[in-house]
Amino acid sequence: MALLSSWGRYPDRPQHPHTLYWPDQISPLLQQLHAHTTTLAFGYGRSYGDVCLAASDHVLTTSAMDRVLSVDWTRGIIRAQAGLSLAALLNIVIPHGWFPSVTPGTQWITLGGAVANDVHGKNHHVQGTFGCHVRGLTLYRSDEGFIECSPNLRPELFQATIGGLGLTGIILDVEIQLQAITSDQITQTAIRFATLDDFFDLSAYYSTSHDYTVAWIDCLVRGRDLGRGVFFAGNHADGHDQEHEYTQPSSRHMRIPFTPPLSLVNSVSLRLFNALYYQRHVRPDTCKMHYQPFFYPLDAISHWNRLYGRAGFQQYQCIIPAQHARIVIRAILQTIANSKLGSFLAVLKTFGDMPSPGLLSFPMHGTTLALDFPQGSLTEQLFRRLDIMVHEAGGRLYPAKDAHMSSTHFQQAYPAWTTLEALRDPVLLSHFWQRVTA
Amino acid sequence: MNSPPPRILIIGATSTIAQAVARCYVGQQATFYLVGRAAGKLAIIATDLLARGATTVHTQVLDLNEHAGIESMVQQAGNQLGQIDIALIAHGSLPDQARTEHDLVYALDEFQTNATSMIVCMQAVAQHLAQQRSGVLAVIGSVAGDRGRGSNYLYGAAKAAVATYASGLRARLFREGVHVLVIKPGFVATPMTAHLELPARLVASPEQIAQDIVQAIHHRRDVLYTPHFWWLIMMIIKLIPSVIFNRLRL
Repeated sequence: MALLSSWGRYPDRPQHPHTLYWPDQISPLLQQLHAHTTTLAFGYGRSYGDVCLAASDHVLTTSAMDRVLSVDWTRGIIRAQAGLSLAALLNIVIPHGWFPSVTPGTQWITLGGAVANDVHGKNHHVQGTFGCHVRGLTLYRSDEGFIECSPNLRPELFQATIGGLGLTGIILDVEIQLQAITSDQITQTAIRFATLDDFFDLSAYYSTSHDYTVAWIDCLVRGRDLGRGVFFAGNHADGHDQEHEYTQPSSRHMRIPFTPPLSLVNSVSLRLFNALYYQRHVRPDTCKMHYQPFFYPLDAISHWNRLYGRAGFQQYQCIIPAQHARIVIRAILQTIANSKLGSFLAVLKTFGDMPSPGLLSFPMHGTTLALDFPQGSLTEQLFRRLDIMVHEAGGRLYPAKDAHMSSTHFQQAYPAWTTLEALRDPVLLSHFWQRVTA
Repeated sequence: MNSPPPRILIIGATSTIAQAVARCYVGQQATFYLVGRAAGKLAIIATDLLARGATTVHTQVLDLNEHAGIESMVQQAGNQLGQIDIALIAHGSLPDQARTEHDLVYALDEFQTNATSMIVCMQAVAQHLAQQRSGVLAVIGSVAGDRGRGSNYLYGAAKAAVATYASGLRARLFREGVHVLVIKPGFVATPMTAHLELPARLVASPEQIAQDIVQAIHHRRDVLYTPHFWWLIMMIIKLIPSVIFNRLRL
């Protein structure tokens, strides 16, 4: 079978897959894997660094375990096996007038992965994280067998599993609350802004009227243009003022067919891309668009991670608490711009204050920045400088994107890690967990 | 192009390939009659197909090695569905060849699952389709049935029996408007092959196989090699002269 890697293809730790088709295979599979001591569930491998990589390099893949177990179309509640992709879920629920309450920037993730990383989306300021909408889940633990958890049933295990990086047991199925929609279209407003202060003002203004807000920032420009970008705000369109119809997305689709020996992401291609992107949005513009390009613009290019060549890439995603956000985000952007290492457009988003049930959930009230960097020693040096700034501001990094954070920074940013470690299934261990608990 | 929703009987419905095939038809509001041994899994698959858009899903728990129940099962399926447009026979197992070489009881058991039981199912379904004078019977054989290889010949022999029986059935039913398709998958990522060390490039996903099967049913093909390149591989394997073939470890 083909070996697996994480999305950033760094660190280079090829994973041997063992496929789960049905829950009753787990116990024999774990026994069979006993020789490797530990393992980890692996969904679509869309986390960037090493949270999805088993310390033993032997993973249990869940994507073939993707059946819907129950649906209540009147209340918008669905329970499905953990390997169901968000893409499949969307196709199943949208025709019935429902939509996931929270979706991240790609639909190529599994429900299990969404829970394990407690993913967030452009509507964090309204709906919180994915975990806020999980009504219950089933775990398999090597020491206890099958366990049903919910906010009321084994709540300590439930909370540790939301954002628990897949370490509290194999997540077998998940029940979530959906949100009602009347159209599969999004009404989007795009506004170009020239400074970082404008971003914060736009974000504050639109977050009261729009469910979805996000901004893309050009991280290559320095000096006066620092922090220029495009702000997007969106709402689900109202299907009642038109024929109630679910449309087909545009079928325009690209694919990166192979991994080039060297990264195609370089200073020339980036400057051109970022400048063109900025110039495209000269005037504020409101339009109705299909939900696919609004939520998942990068899903239109399959295997875009291959653009970074064999060395792979890392994403830096941090959150800065609200009271320091303006100053620290500016300082971080300056540091990145001066390093000339930044990549495609950076994503900037203001999180709300809705708490997640998850013990190790990443989001907090403040502003998050996410940006890709080609893997290399300069990138690592830059990350060390950024880490100090994030740390001093009381912020933290997102484990789902991480391949570098130090155990000191992790343990200070996520003090509940000791609780998770105490509840960890002894046969589950990732490279990430080994690294940050060392 | 609004073809009427198909009415589909699937025997061995908990097999990974069968599940993938069933999902290909939910967009056409298909009605299903699913037959399998594991009641719990069958119920889960039924719920899943309904959530994905199937109109109705009937299930029947049946051990297909109990031949006595097969004919009435097909009758029952015909009654529930009204008519059977497509019947897929997909059950099977992959025997441990080494064990079949010294454990004859085991060998015959495996042959029974992969050949005899399949033939009984084909016979019962063919009878029903012939009566209604329409329908497609699709049966899962294997590239392994094309030539007996030292590493896998009990399974190969069973699949050869299936293919030969199906070929005869196809000829007999031709005038009745009934079609018989033999599907010969190569390596597919399923529980049946999970323990094998297979070359990654040659292993197809069940979804890919399912799409080929749906196309072949639609176009009433006689034999489907899936993925298609297996046609060439098996052609070469069949053409290797015995003097050489006997010396190869295939």
